[in-house]
Amino acid sequence: MPPTAARSTVAKAAREVSFYGAVTFFFVLAAFPFYWMVITSFKNNSDLYDLANIPFWFNDPPTLEHFHYLFEQTLFVTWLLNSLIIGLCVVAITLVAALPAGYSLARMTGRNGEALGIGIFLTYLVPPTLLFLPLSRVVAELGLQNSMWSLVVVYPTFTIPFCTWLMMGFFKSMPPEIEEAAVVDGCSLFGAFIKMAIPLSLPGILTVVIFTFTLTLQEFVYALTFISSSDQKPITLGVATDLIRGDIYYWGEIMAGALLASIPVAIAYNIFLDRFIAGITGGAVK
Amino acid sequence: MIAIPNTVAKPVSRFRYILDRRDVLGSLFVAPAILYVLLLVGIPFLLAVYYAVSAYSIYDPSWDFVGLDNFQDILEDPVFLETLTNTFIFTFGSQTLGLVLGKFGALLLLRPFPGRKFVRAMIILPWAVPVALATVAWQWMFDSLYSVINWTLIAAGFIDRSDAPNWLGDPHLAMLSVIVVNGWRFFPFAIVIFLAGITAVPQDVVDAATVDGAGFWRRNYQIILPMILPIMAIGLIFGIVFTFTDLSIVFLMTMGGPIGATSVLGYKGFQVGIVSGDVAHGAAISLFMLPVLLVVVVAMLRFIRRREI
Repeated sequence: MPPTAARSTVAKAAREVSFYGAVTFFFVLAAFPFYWMVITSFKNNSDLYDLANIPFWFNDPPTLEHFHYLFEQTLFVTWLLNSLIIGLCVVAITLVAALPAGYSLARMTGRNGEALGIGIFLTYLVPPTLLFLPLSRVVAELGLQNSMWSLVVVYPTFTIPFCTWLMMGFFKSMPPEIEEAAVVDGCSLFGAFIKMAIPLSLPGILTVVIFTFTLTLQEFVYALTFISSSDQKPITLGVATDLIRGDIYYWGEIMAGALLASIPVAIAYNIFLDRFIAGITGGAVK
Repeated sequence: MIAIPNTVAKPVSRFRYILDRRDVLGSLFVAPAILYVLLLVGIPFLLAVYYAVSAYSIYDPSWDFVGLDNFQDILEDPVFLETLTNTFIFTFGSQTLGLVLGKFGALLLLRPFPGRKFVRAMIILPWAVPVALATVAWQWMFDSLYSVINWTLIAAGFIDRSDAPNWLGDPHLAMLSVIVVNGWRFFPFAIVIFLAGITAVPQDVVDAATVDGAGFWRRNYQIILPMILPIMAIGLIFGIVFTFTDLSIVFLMTMGGPIGATSVLGYKGFQVGIVSGDVAHGAAISLFMLPVLLVVVVAMLRFIRRREI
Protein backbone atom coordinates (compact mmCIF):
# COMPACT_ATOMS: atom_id res chain seq x y z
CA MET A 1 0.00 0.00 0.00
CA PRO A 2 2.60 2.66 0.98
CA PRO A 3 4.76 2.18 -2.16
CA THR A 4 1.78 2.68 -4.51
CA ALA A 5 0.66 5.71 -2.49
CA ALA A 6 4.15 7.15 -2.75
CA ARG A 7 4.25 6.41 -6.45
CA SER A 8 0.92 8.10 -7.06
CA THR A 9 2.11 11.12 -5.06
CA VAL A 10 5.20 11.32 -7.24
CA ALA A 11 3.09 10.93 -10.38
CA LYS A 12 0.74 13.65 -9.17
CA ALA A 13 3.62 15.98 -8.37
CA ALA A 14 5.11 15.35 -11.80
CA ARG A 15 1.77 16.12 -13.40
CA GLU A 16 1.46 19.34 -11.44
CA VAL A 17 5.00 20.39 -12.35
CA SER A 18 4.46 19.73 -16.03
CA PHE A 19 1.11 21.53 -15.94
CA TYR A 20 2.55 24.68 -14.38
CA GLY A 21 5.58 24.36 -16.64
CA ALA A 22 3.28 24.42 -19.67
CA VAL A 23 1.31 27.38 -18.28
CA THR A 24 4.57 29.26 -17.73
CA PHE A 25 5.66 28.49 -21.29
CA PHE A 26 2.46 29.97 -22.70
CA PHE A 27 2.61 32.94 -20.38
CA VAL A 28 6.18 33.79 -21.39
CA LEU A 29 5.49 33.18 -25.08
CA ALA A 30 2.54 35.58 -25.08
CA ALA A 31 3.87 38.25 -22.76
CA PHE A 32 7.60 38.41 -23.51
CA PRO A 33 7.39 40.83 -26.47
CA PHE A 34 5.43 43.21 -24.24
CA TYR A 35 7.90 42.80 -21.38
CA TRP A 36 10.53 43.61 -23.98
CA MET A 37 8.64 46.79 -24.94
CA VAL A 38 8.55 47.90 -21.30
CA ILE A 39 12.22 47.14 -20.66
CA THR A 40 13.38 48.83 -23.86
CA SER A 41 11.29 51.95 -23.36
CA PHE A 42 12.70 52.63 -19.87
CA LYS A 43 16.35 51.84 -20.63
CA ASN A 44 18.87 54.53 -21.49
CA ASN A 45 20.62 54.21 -24.83
CA SER A 46 24.07 53.26 -23.54
CA ASP A 47 22.49 50.36 -21.66
CA LEU A 48 20.31 49.43 -24.64
CA TYR A 49 23.08 49.29 -27.20
CA ASP A 50 25.76 47.52 -25.14
CA LEU A 51 26.10 43.85 -26.08
CA ALA A 52 28.05 43.08 -22.91
CA ASN A 53 25.04 43.92 -20.74
CA ILE A 54 22.45 41.36 -19.79
CA PRO A 55 19.46 42.65 -21.78
CA PHE A 56 16.66 41.31 -19.57
CA TRP A 57 16.85 43.95 -16.88
CA PHE A 58 18.24 47.40 -16.11
CA ASN A 59 22.03 47.67 -15.88
CA ASP A 60 21.75 51.44 -15.56
CA PRO A 61 18.89 53.01 -13.61
CA PRO A 62 15.59 53.24 -15.56
CA THR A 63 15.00 56.50 -17.40
CA LEU A 64 12.09 58.47 -18.84
CA GLU A 65 14.23 60.03 -21.60
CA HIS A 66 12.49 58.08 -24.39
CA PHE A 67 9.07 59.21 -23.19
CA HIS A 68 10.28 62.82 -22.94
CA TYR A 69 11.67 62.61 -26.44
CA LEU A 70 8.47 61.00 -27.71
CA PHE A 71 6.22 63.72 -26.30
CA GLU A 72 8.49 66.71 -26.93
CA GLN A 73 10.46 65.98 -30.11
CA THR A 74 8.05 63.88 -32.16
CA LEU A 75 4.47 64.17 -33.41
CA PHE A 76 3.30 61.54 -30.93
CA VAL A 77 0.68 63.82 -29.33
CA THR A 78 -0.65 64.74 -32.78
CA TRP A 79 -0.97 61.05 -33.71
CA LEU A 80 -2.74 60.40 -30.43
CA LEU A 81 -5.24 63.18 -31.15
CA ASN A 82 -5.67 62.06 -34.77
CA SER A 83 -6.49 58.55 -33.59
CA LEU A 84 -8.93 59.91 -31.05
CA ILE A 85 -10.73 62.07 -33.63
CA ILE A 86 -10.81 59.27 -36.21
CA GLY A 87 -12.04 56.81 -33.59
CA LEU A 88 -14.84 59.07 -32.33
CA CYS A 89 -16.08 59.96 -35.82
CA VAL A 90 -16.06 56.33 -36.94
CA VAL A 91 -17.90 55.33 -33.75
CA ALA A 92 -20.58 57.96 -34.49
CA ILE A 93 -21.02 56.86 -38.12
CA THR A 94 -21.07 53.20 -37.12
CA LEU A 95 -23.70 53.71 -34.42
CA VAL A 96 -26.01 55.68 -36.73
CA ALA A 97 -25.84 52.97 -39.38
CA ALA A 98 -25.44 49.76 -37.38
CA LEU A 99 -27.98 50.26 -34.55
CA PRO A 100 -31.09 50.59 -36.73
CA ALA A 101 -29.74 48.04 -39.19
CA GLY A 102 -29.14 45.47 -36.46
CA TYR A 103 -32.57 46.15 -35.01
CA SER A 104 -34.26 45.88 -38.37
CA LEU A 105 -32.51 42.61 -39.23
CA ALA A 106 -33.39 41.14 -35.86
CA ARG A 107 -37.02 42.25 -35.64
CA MET A 108 -38.50 43.66 -38.82
CA THR A 109 -37.31 41.85 -41.90
CA GLY A 110 -38.03 38.21 -41.09
CA ARG A 111 -36.40 35.47 -43.22
CA ASN A 112 -34.90 37.97 -45.66
CA GLY A 113 -33.27 39.72 -42.73
CA GLU A 114 -31.32 36.59 -41.90
CA ALA A 115 -29.86 36.32 -45.41
CA LEU A 116 -29.25 40.06 -45.56
CA GLY A 117 -27.47 39.92 -42.20
CA ILE A 118 -25.15 37.17 -43.42
CA GLY A 119 -24.55 39.17 -46.60
CA ILE A 120 -23.57 42.29 -44.67
CA PHE A 121 -21.36 40.28 -42.38
CA LEU A 122 -19.54 38.68 -45.30
CA THR A 123 -18.39 42.10 -46.49
CA TYR A 124 -16.37 42.20 -43.27
CA LEU A 125 -14.28 39.46 -44.85
CA VAL A 126 -13.44 41.45 -47.99
CA PRO A 127 -9.82 42.33 -47.26
CA PRO A 128 -8.29 45.82 -47.36
CA THR A 129 -5.56 44.54 -49.67
CA LEU A 130 -8.21 43.88 -52.32
CA LEU A 131 -9.95 47.23 -51.92
CA PHE A 132 -7.12 49.67 -51.30
CA LEU A 133 -6.50 50.41 -54.98
CA PRO A 134 -10.06 51.42 -55.93
CA LEU A 135 -10.60 53.07 -52.54
CA SER A 136 -7.54 55.25 -52.96
CA ARG A 137 -9.20 56.48 -56.17
CA VAL A 138 -12.44 57.14 -54.25
CA VAL A 139 -10.46 58.97 -51.59
CA ALA A 140 -8.79 61.10 -54.26
CA GLU A 141 -12.16 61.92 -55.88
CA LEU A 142 -13.37 63.12 -52.49
CA GLY A 143 -10.29 65.34 -52.22
CA LEU A 144 -9.16 63.52 -49.09
CA GLN A 145 -5.87 62.08 -50.28
CA ASN A 146 -3.19 62.25 -47.62
CA SER A 147 -5.69 63.33 -44.97
CA MET A 148 -6.84 61.51 -41.88
CA TRP A 149 -10.45 62.20 -42.89
CA SER A 150 -10.04 59.58 -45.60
CA LEU A 151 -9.85 57.02 -42.78
CA VAL A 152 -13.06 58.38 -41.25
CA VAL A 153 -14.75 57.63 -44.58
CA VAL A 154 -13.15 54.23 -45.14
CA TYR A 155 -13.09 52.62 -41.67
CA PRO A 156 -16.89 52.26 -41.43
CA THR A 157 -16.67 49.81 -44.35
CA PHE A 158 -15.55 47.17 -41.87
CA THR A 159 -16.97 48.53 -38.60
CA ILE A 160 -20.55 48.79 -39.91
CA PRO A 161 -20.78 45.14 -41.05
CA PHE A 162 -19.18 43.88 -37.89
CA CYS A 163 -21.30 45.99 -35.54
CA THR A 164 -24.55 45.38 -37.44
CA TRP A 165 -23.92 41.68 -36.91
CA LEU A 166 -23.11 42.23 -33.22
CA MET A 167 -26.23 44.33 -32.63
CA MET A 168 -28.41 41.90 -34.56
CA GLY A 169 -27.36 39.13 -32.19
CA PHE A 170 -27.91 41.42 -29.24
CA PHE A 171 -31.42 42.50 -30.23
CA LYS A 172 -32.34 38.89 -30.98
CA SER A 173 -31.44 37.91 -27.44
CA MET A 174 -33.80 40.58 -26.01
CA PRO A 175 -37.45 39.68 -25.39
CA PRO A 176 -39.63 41.56 -27.93
CA GLU A 177 -42.59 41.82 -25.48
CA ILE A 178 -41.44 45.13 -24.01
CA GLU A 179 -41.49 46.95 -27.36
CA GLU A 180 -44.72 45.21 -28.32
CA ALA A 181 -46.32 46.43 -25.09
CA ALA A 182 -45.13 49.97 -25.88
CA VAL A 183 -46.68 49.76 -29.37
CA VAL A 184 -49.95 48.50 -27.91
CA ASP A 185 -49.88 51.47 -25.54
CA GLY A 186 -49.86 53.84 -28.53
CA CYS A 187 -46.15 54.23 -29.17
CA SER A 188 -45.06 54.23 -32.82
CA LEU A 189 -42.66 51.52 -33.98
CA PHE A 190 -39.98 54.17 -34.34
CA GLY A 191 -40.77 55.45 -30.84
CA ALA A 192 -40.53 51.93 -29.44
CA PHE A 193 -37.07 51.59 -30.98
CA ILE A 194 -35.87 54.94 -29.59
CA LYS A 195 -37.54 54.81 -26.19
CA MET A 196 -37.46 51.10 -25.40
CA ALA A 197 -35.00 49.11 -27.51
CA ILE A 198 -32.06 51.54 -27.35
CA PRO A 199 -32.03 52.11 -23.59
CA LEU A 200 -32.42 48.38 -22.97
CA SER A 201 -29.52 47.52 -25.26
CA LEU A 202 -26.99 49.90 -23.69
CA PRO A 203 -24.57 47.05 -22.82
CA GLY A 204 -24.61 46.00 -26.49
CA ILE A 205 -24.11 49.58 -27.63
CA LEU A 206 -21.17 49.95 -25.25
CA THR A 207 -19.59 46.82 -26.75
CA VAL A 208 -20.05 48.27 -30.23
CA VAL A 209 -18.47 51.57 -29.20
CA ILE A 210 -15.44 49.91 -27.62
CA PHE A 211 -14.89 47.49 -30.48
CA THR A 212 -15.31 50.09 -33.18
CA PHE A 213 -12.75 52.22 -31.41
CA THR A 214 -10.25 49.39 -30.99
CA LEU A 215 -10.74 48.25 -34.60
CA THR A 216 -9.83 51.75 -35.79
CA LEU A 217 -6.74 51.72 -33.56
CA GLN A 218 -5.65 48.32 -34.89
CA GLU A 219 -6.09 49.14 -38.57
CA PHE A 220 -2.85 49.56 -40.45
CA VAL A 221 -3.24 48.82 -44.17
CA TYR A 222 -5.59 51.65 -45.17
CA ALA A 223 -3.68 54.14 -43.04
CA LEU A 224 -0.43 53.09 -44.69
CA THR A 225 -1.97 53.34 -48.16
CA PHE A 226 -3.76 56.68 -47.88
CA ILE A 227 -1.55 58.75 -45.60
CA SER A 228 2.03 59.82 -46.07
CA SER A 229 2.23 63.18 -44.21
CA SER A 230 3.50 62.66 -40.70
CA ASP A 231 1.04 65.06 -39.09
CA GLN A 232 -1.98 63.22 -40.53
CA LYS A 233 -1.03 59.75 -39.31
CA PRO A 234 -2.98 57.82 -36.70
CA ILE A 235 -1.00 56.54 -33.75
CA THR A 236 -0.36 52.98 -34.94
CA LEU A 237 1.02 54.11 -38.29
CA GLY A 238 2.99 56.95 -36.75
CA VAL A 239 4.74 54.80 -34.17
CA ALA A 240 5.46 51.97 -36.59
CA THR A 241 6.75 54.04 -39.52
CA ASP A 242 7.64 57.53 -38.44
CA LEU A 243 10.22 57.02 -35.70
CA ILE A 244 12.83 55.85 -38.17
CA ARG A 245 15.39 58.26 -39.60
CA GLY A 246 16.98 56.78 -42.69
CA ASP A 247 18.27 53.45 -41.47
CA ILE A 248 18.27 54.34 -37.80
CA TYR A 249 15.46 52.99 -35.65
CA TYR A 250 14.76 54.91 -32.46
CA TRP A 251 14.02 51.69 -30.57
CA GLY A 252 13.51 53.30 -27.16
CA GLU A 253 10.98 55.77 -28.57
CA ILE A 254 9.30 53.19 -30.82
CA MET A 255 8.80 50.80 -27.90
CA ALA A 256 7.60 53.61 -25.63
CA GLY A 257 5.04 54.69 -28.22
CA ALA A 258 3.94 51.11 -28.91
CA LEU A 259 3.51 50.53 -25.19
CA LEU A 260 1.36 53.63 -24.66
CA ALA A 261 -0.83 52.84 -27.66
CA SER A 262 -1.21 49.17 -26.73
CA ILE A 263 -2.34 49.54 -23.14
CA PRO A 264 -5.87 50.91 -23.70
CA VAL A 265 -6.59 48.38 -26.46
CA ALA A 266 -5.32 45.50 -24.34
CA ILE A 267 -7.54 46.52 -21.41
CA ALA A 268 -10.62 47.00 -23.60
CA TYR A 269 -10.16 43.59 -25.20
CA ASN A 270 -9.83 41.81 -21.91
CA ILE A 271 -12.98 43.39 -20.51
CA PHE A 272 -15.11 42.80 -23.59
CA LEU A 273 -13.57 39.55 -24.79
CA ASP A 274 -16.57 37.31 -24.10
CA ARG A 275 -18.96 39.64 -25.91
CA PHE A 276 -16.56 39.84 -28.83
CA ILE A 277 -16.40 36.06 -29.19
CA ALA A 278 -20.17 35.82 -28.85
CA GLY A 279 -20.39 38.47 -31.57
CA ILE A 280 -18.16 36.57 -33.99
CA THR A 281 -19.63 33.14 -33.38
CA GLY A 282 -22.96 33.93 -31.68
CA GLY A 283 -24.91 35.07 -34.70
CA ALA A 284 -23.75 32.00 -36.57
CA VAL A 285 -23.51 29.36 -33.87
CA LYS A 286 -26.30 29.48 -31.39
CA MET B 1 -60.00 78.81 -41.20
CA ILE B 2 -60.88 75.67 -39.36
CA ALA B 3 -59.94 73.54 -42.34
CA ILE B 4 -56.24 74.44 -42.15
CA PRO B 5 -55.34 72.40 -39.06
CA ASN B 6 -57.14 69.43 -40.62
CA THR B 7 -55.12 69.50 -43.83
CA VAL B 8 -51.93 69.86 -41.82
CA ALA B 9 -52.82 66.95 -39.59
CA LYS B 10 -53.54 64.57 -42.47
CA PRO B 11 -50.07 64.27 -44.03
CA VAL B 12 -48.57 63.87 -40.56
CA SER B 13 -50.80 60.94 -39.81
CA ARG B 14 -50.09 59.38 -43.21
CA PHE B 15 -46.38 59.78 -42.51
CA ARG B 16 -46.86 58.09 -39.17
CA TYR B 17 -48.87 55.37 -40.78
CA ILE B 18 -46.04 54.59 -43.20
CA LEU B 19 -43.49 54.61 -40.42
CA ASP B 20 -45.65 52.20 -38.49
CA ARG B 21 -45.53 49.58 -41.17
CA ARG B 22 -43.01 47.03 -40.01
CA ASP B 23 -41.61 46.28 -43.46
CA VAL B 24 -41.26 49.95 -44.48
CA LEU B 25 -39.53 51.04 -41.29
CA GLY B 26 -37.45 47.87 -41.44
CA SER B 27 -36.14 48.77 -44.91
CA LEU B 28 -35.52 52.38 -43.87
CA PHE B 29 -33.55 51.20 -40.85
CA VAL B 30 -31.32 48.88 -42.80
CA ALA B 31 -30.84 51.24 -45.77
CA PRO B 32 -27.95 53.40 -44.44
CA ALA B 33 -25.80 50.39 -43.60
CA ILE B 34 -26.49 48.72 -46.95
CA LEU B 35 -25.86 51.95 -48.88
CA TYR B 36 -22.55 52.53 -47.10
CA VAL B 37 -21.40 49.00 -47.81
CA LEU B 38 -22.60 49.08 -51.44
CA LEU B 39 -20.93 52.44 -52.14
CA LEU B 40 -17.62 51.77 -50.42
CA VAL B 41 -17.22 48.00 -50.69
CA GLY B 42 -19.43 46.85 -53.57
CA ILE B 43 -18.56 49.49 -56.15
CA PRO B 44 -14.83 49.59 -55.27
CA PHE B 45 -14.77 45.82 -55.58
CA LEU B 46 -16.18 46.03 -59.13
CA LEU B 47 -13.71 48.82 -59.83
CA ALA B 48 -10.88 46.55 -58.67
CA VAL B 49 -12.05 43.88 -61.10
CA TYR B 50 -12.17 46.43 -63.90
CA TYR B 51 -8.71 47.79 -63.06
CA ALA B 52 -7.36 44.28 -63.43
CA VAL B 53 -8.50 44.08 -67.07
CA SER B 54 -7.52 47.65 -67.96
CA ALA B 55 -4.28 49.48 -68.64
CA TYR B 56 -4.83 51.93 -65.79
CA SER B 57 -1.85 53.44 -63.99
CA ILE B 58 -1.41 56.67 -62.06
CA TYR B 59 0.72 58.03 -64.92
CA ASP B 60 -1.74 57.02 -67.58
CA PRO B 61 -5.24 56.96 -66.10
CA SER B 62 -6.83 55.43 -69.16
CA TRP B 63 -9.71 52.99 -69.06
CA ASP B 64 -8.57 50.95 -72.02
CA PHE B 65 -9.73 47.39 -71.89
CA VAL B 66 -6.83 44.99 -72.29
CA GLY B 67 -8.55 41.72 -71.41
CA LEU B 68 -6.47 39.21 -69.54
CA ASP B 69 -3.11 40.69 -70.60
CA ASN B 70 -2.30 41.80 -67.05
CA PHE B 71 -2.88 38.32 -65.70
CA GLN B 72 -0.72 36.88 -68.44
CA ASP B 73 2.12 39.33 -67.65
CA ILE B 74 1.89 38.40 -64.00
CA LEU B 75 1.86 34.66 -64.52
CA GLU B 76 4.88 34.86 -66.81
CA ASP B 77 6.86 36.48 -64.03
CA PRO B 78 8.72 33.81 -62.02
CA VAL B 79 8.93 36.20 -59.06
CA PHE B 80 5.16 36.29 -58.88
CA LEU B 81 4.92 32.50 -58.74
CA GLU B 82 7.30 32.63 -55.80
CA THR B 83 5.02 35.20 -54.17
CA LEU B 84 2.03 32.94 -54.66
CA THR B 85 3.87 29.99 -53.09
CA ASN B 86 5.06 32.22 -50.25
CA THR B 87 1.49 33.26 -49.52
CA PHE B 88 0.39 29.64 -49.15
CA ILE B 89 3.42 28.75 -47.02
CA PHE B 90 2.87 31.82 -44.84
CA THR B 91 -0.84 31.05 -44.37
CA PHE B 92 -0.45 27.32 -43.83
CA GLY B 93 2.54 27.66 -41.52
CA SER B 94 1.14 30.33 -39.26
CA GLN B 95 -2.36 28.82 -39.08
CA THR B 96 -0.95 25.41 -38.16
CA LEU B 97 1.29 26.96 -35.53
CA GLY B 98 -1.59 29.04 -34.17
CA LEU B 99 -3.99 26.09 -34.05
CA VAL B 100 -1.55 23.75 -32.29
CA LEU B 101 -0.62 26.38 -29.72
CA GLY B 102 -4.29 27.36 -29.41
CA LYS B 103 -5.48 23.81 -28.76
CA PHE B 104 -2.89 23.15 -26.05
CA GLY B 105 -3.34 26.57 -24.50
CA ALA B 106 -7.09 26.03 -24.32
CA LEU B 107 -6.65 22.64 -22.61
CA LEU B 108 -4.43 24.32 -20.00
CA LEU B 109 -6.82 27.20 -19.38
CA LEU B 110 -9.80 24.86 -18.94
CA ARG B 111 -8.45 23.68 -15.60
CA PRO B 112 -8.96 26.10 -12.69
CA PHE B 113 -5.74 27.22 -11.01
CA PRO B 114 -4.76 30.24 -8.93
CA GLY B 115 -4.16 33.27 -11.13
CA ARG B 116 -5.94 31.80 -14.16
CA LYS B 117 -7.74 35.05 -14.95
CA PHE B 118 -4.48 36.98 -14.98
CA VAL B 119 -2.75 34.36 -17.13
CA ARG B 120 -5.65 34.43 -19.58
CA ALA B 121 -5.52 38.22 -19.74
CA MET B 122 -1.81 38.11 -20.58
CA ILE B 123 -2.21 35.32 -23.14
CA ILE B 124 -4.85 37.39 -24.99
CA LEU B 125 -2.34 40.22 -25.52
CA PRO B 126 -0.76 39.13 -28.82
CA TRP B 127 -4.15 39.16 -30.48
CA ALA B 128 -5.53 42.27 -28.74
CA VAL B 129 -2.63 44.65 -29.31
CA PRO B 130 -2.54 46.40 -32.72
CA VAL B 131 -0.66 44.10 -35.06
CA ALA B 132 1.68 46.82 -36.29
CA LEU B 133 2.86 47.61 -32.76
CA ALA B 134 3.39 43.98 -31.75
CA THR B 135 5.25 43.47 -35.03
CA VAL B 136 7.73 46.27 -34.35
CA ALA B 137 8.45 44.68 -30.96
CA TRP B 138 9.30 41.43 -32.75
CA GLN B 139 11.32 43.31 -35.34
CA TRP B 140 13.41 44.65 -32.48
CA MET B 141 13.72 41.16 -31.00
CA PHE B 142 14.97 39.92 -34.38
CA ASP B 143 17.40 42.84 -34.80
CA SER B 144 20.52 41.84 -36.71
CA LEU B 145 22.86 43.06 -33.98
CA TYR B 146 20.92 43.53 -30.73
CA SER B 147 18.55 40.57 -31.03
CA VAL B 148 17.62 39.38 -27.55
CA ILE B 149 17.00 35.92 -29.00
CA ASN B 150 20.56 35.72 -30.31
CA TRP B 151 21.92 37.12 -27.06
CA THR B 152 20.18 34.33 -25.15
CA LEU B 153 21.37 31.64 -27.56
CA ILE B 154 24.95 32.93 -27.32
CA ALA B 155 24.82 33.22 -23.53
CA ALA B 156 23.46 29.66 -23.31
CA GLY B 157 26.35 28.49 -25.47
CA PHE B 158 24.27 27.17 -28.37
CA ILE B 159 25.85 29.42 -30.97
CA ASP B 160 28.84 31.67 -31.35
CA ARG B 161 28.56 35.42 -31.90
CA SER B 162 30.37 35.07 -35.23
CA ASP B 163 27.68 32.82 -36.69
CA ALA B 164 24.64 34.30 -34.95
CA PRO B 165 21.62 34.01 -37.27
CA ASN B 166 20.48 37.11 -39.10
CA TRP B 167 16.77 36.41 -38.67
CA LEU B 168 15.36 38.88 -41.15
CA GLY B 169 18.33 38.84 -43.53
CA ASP B 170 18.35 35.14 -44.43
CA PRO B 171 15.60 34.02 -46.87
CA HIS B 172 14.56 30.91 -44.93
CA LEU B 173 14.87 32.44 -41.48
CA ALA B 174 12.94 35.52 -42.64
CA MET B 175 10.03 33.34 -43.77
CA LEU B 176 10.22 31.44 -40.48
CA SER B 177 10.20 34.75 -38.58
CA VAL B 178 7.09 36.17 -40.25
CA ILE B 179 5.32 32.82 -39.80
CA VAL B 180 6.23 32.75 -36.11
CA VAL B 181 5.01 36.31 -35.59
CA ASN B 182 1.71 35.66 -37.36
CA GLY B 183 1.20 32.32 -35.60
CA TRP B 184 2.00 34.04 -32.32
CA ARG B 185 -0.54 36.74 -33.08
CA PHE B 186 -3.21 34.19 -34.02
CA PHE B 187 -2.89 31.61 -31.22
CA PRO B 188 -4.73 33.58 -28.49
CA PHE B 189 -7.65 33.92 -30.89
CA ALA B 190 -7.54 30.15 -31.44
CA ILE B 191 -7.50 29.65 -27.66
CA VAL B 192 -10.60 31.75 -27.04
CA ILE B 193 -12.38 30.07 -29.95
CA PHE B 194 -11.52 26.61 -28.59
CA LEU B 195 -12.57 27.66 -25.09
CA ALA B 196 -15.88 29.05 -26.34
CA GLY B 197 -16.48 25.77 -28.17
CA ILE B 198 -15.45 23.44 -25.35
CA THR B 199 -17.43 25.24 -22.66
CA ALA B 200 -20.49 25.01 -24.92
CA VAL B 201 -20.27 21.19 -24.94
CA PRO B 202 -22.86 19.90 -22.44
CA GLN B 203 -21.13 18.41 -19.42
CA ASP B 204 -23.53 15.43 -19.23
CA VAL B 205 -22.39 14.26 -22.66
CA VAL B 206 -18.78 14.25 -21.45
CA ASP B 207 -19.82 12.56 -18.20
CA ALA B 208 -21.77 9.89 -20.04
CA ALA B 209 -18.72 9.14 -22.20
CA THR B 210 -16.54 8.90 -19.07
CA VAL B 211 -19.00 6.47 -17.46
CA ASP B 212 -18.92 4.41 -20.65
CA GLY B 213 -15.17 4.12 -20.25
CA ALA B 214 -13.83 6.76 -22.67
CA GLY B 215 -10.37 7.94 -21.65
CA PHE B 216 -8.89 11.42 -21.96
CA TRP B 217 -7.87 11.20 -25.63
CA ARG B 218 -11.06 9.45 -26.69
CA ARG B 219 -13.20 12.04 -24.93
CA ASN B 220 -11.18 14.78 -26.59
CA TYR B 221 -11.05 13.53 -30.14
CA GLN B 222 -14.22 11.48 -30.50
CA ILE B 223 -16.66 13.41 -28.35
CA ILE B 224 -15.55 17.02 -27.88
CA LEU B 225 -13.73 17.67 -31.16
CA PRO B 226 -16.66 16.80 -33.46
CA MET B 227 -18.96 18.96 -31.35
CA ILE B 228 -16.74 22.02 -31.52
CA LEU B 229 -15.89 21.59 -35.20
CA PRO B 230 -18.30 24.29 -36.50
CA ILE B 231 -17.05 26.96 -34.10
CA MET B 232 -13.46 25.95 -34.91
CA ALA B 233 -14.23 26.28 -38.60
CA ILE B 234 -15.43 29.83 -38.12
CA GLY B 235 -12.29 30.70 -36.19
CA LEU B 236 -10.12 29.14 -38.86
CA ILE B 237 -11.98 30.97 -41.63
CA PHE B 238 -11.20 34.29 -39.95
CA GLY B 239 -7.60 33.21 -39.50
CA ILE B 240 -7.18 32.14 -43.12
CA VAL B 241 -8.83 35.23 -44.61
CA PHE B 242 -6.81 37.67 -42.54
CA THR B 243 -3.53 35.80 -43.01
CA PHE B 244 -3.87 35.13 -46.72
CA THR B 245 -4.48 38.83 -47.36
CA ASP B 246 -2.07 40.21 -44.79
CA LEU B 247 0.25 43.09 -45.54
CA SER B 248 1.30 44.63 -42.22
CA ILE B 249 3.58 41.94 -40.79
CA VAL B 250 5.57 41.45 -43.97
CA PHE B 251 5.69 45.18 -44.73
CA LEU B 252 7.05 46.07 -41.29
CA MET B 253 9.42 43.16 -40.74
CA THR B 254 11.02 42.31 -44.07
CA MET B 255 9.59 44.53 -46.84
CA GLY B 256 9.07 41.28 -48.72
CA GLY B 257 12.77 40.60 -48.67
CA PRO B 258 15.41 39.40 -48.67
CA ILE B 259 15.15 39.16 -52.49
CA GLY B 260 11.41 38.48 -52.45
CA ALA B 261 11.71 35.55 -50.04
CA THR B 262 8.81 36.74 -47.89
CA SER B 263 6.83 38.62 -50.52
CA VAL B 264 3.14 37.69 -50.23
CA LEU B 265 0.13 38.65 -52.38
CA GLY B 266 -0.97 41.54 -50.15
CA TYR B 267 2.51 43.01 -50.10
CA LYS B 268 3.09 42.50 -53.82
CA GLY B 269 -0.24 44.17 -54.65
CA PHE B 270 0.73 47.12 -52.47
CA GLN B 271 4.21 47.34 -53.96
CA VAL B 272 3.04 47.25 -57.59
CA GLY B 273 -0.31 49.05 -57.29
CA ILE B 274 0.38 51.76 -54.72
CA VAL B 275 4.15 52.30 -54.51
CA SER B 276 4.93 51.85 -58.23
CA GLY B 277 1.57 53.23 -59.36
CA ASP B 278 0.87 50.37 -61.77
CA VAL B 279 -2.74 50.13 -60.63
CA ALA B 280 -3.83 47.63 -63.27
CA HIS B 281 -1.18 45.02 -62.47
CA GLY B 282 -1.56 45.66 -58.74
CA ALA B 283 -5.29 45.01 -58.94
CA ALA B 284 -4.71 41.85 -60.95
CA ILE B 285 -2.27 40.60 -58.29
CA SER B 286 -4.77 41.33 -55.51
CA LEU B 287 -7.48 39.49 -57.40
CA PHE B 288 -5.49 36.28 -57.06
CA MET B 289 -6.74 36.28 -53.46
CA LEU B 290 -10.30 35.98 -54.66
CA PRO B 291 -10.49 32.22 -55.39
CA VAL B 292 -9.23 31.41 -51.91
CA LEU B 293 -11.61 33.92 -50.33
CA LEU B 294 -14.54 32.47 -52.27
CA VAL B 295 -13.77 28.93 -51.15
CA VAL B 296 -13.52 30.13 -47.56
CA VAL B 297 -16.76 32.10 -47.75
CA VAL B 298 -18.67 29.18 -49.26
CA ALA B 299 -17.33 26.93 -46.52
CA MET B 300 -18.47 29.45 -43.92
CA LEU B 301 -21.97 29.70 -45.36
CA ARG B 302 -22.29 25.93 -45.37
CA PHE B 303 -21.31 25.73 -41.73
CA ILE B 304 -23.75 28.44 -40.76
CA ARG B 305 -26.54 26.68 -42.62
CA ARG B 306 -25.74 23.34 -41.07
CA ARG B 307 -25.90 24.79 -37.58
CA GLU B 308 -29.23 26.45 -38.14
CA ILE B 309 -31.08 23.41 -39.43
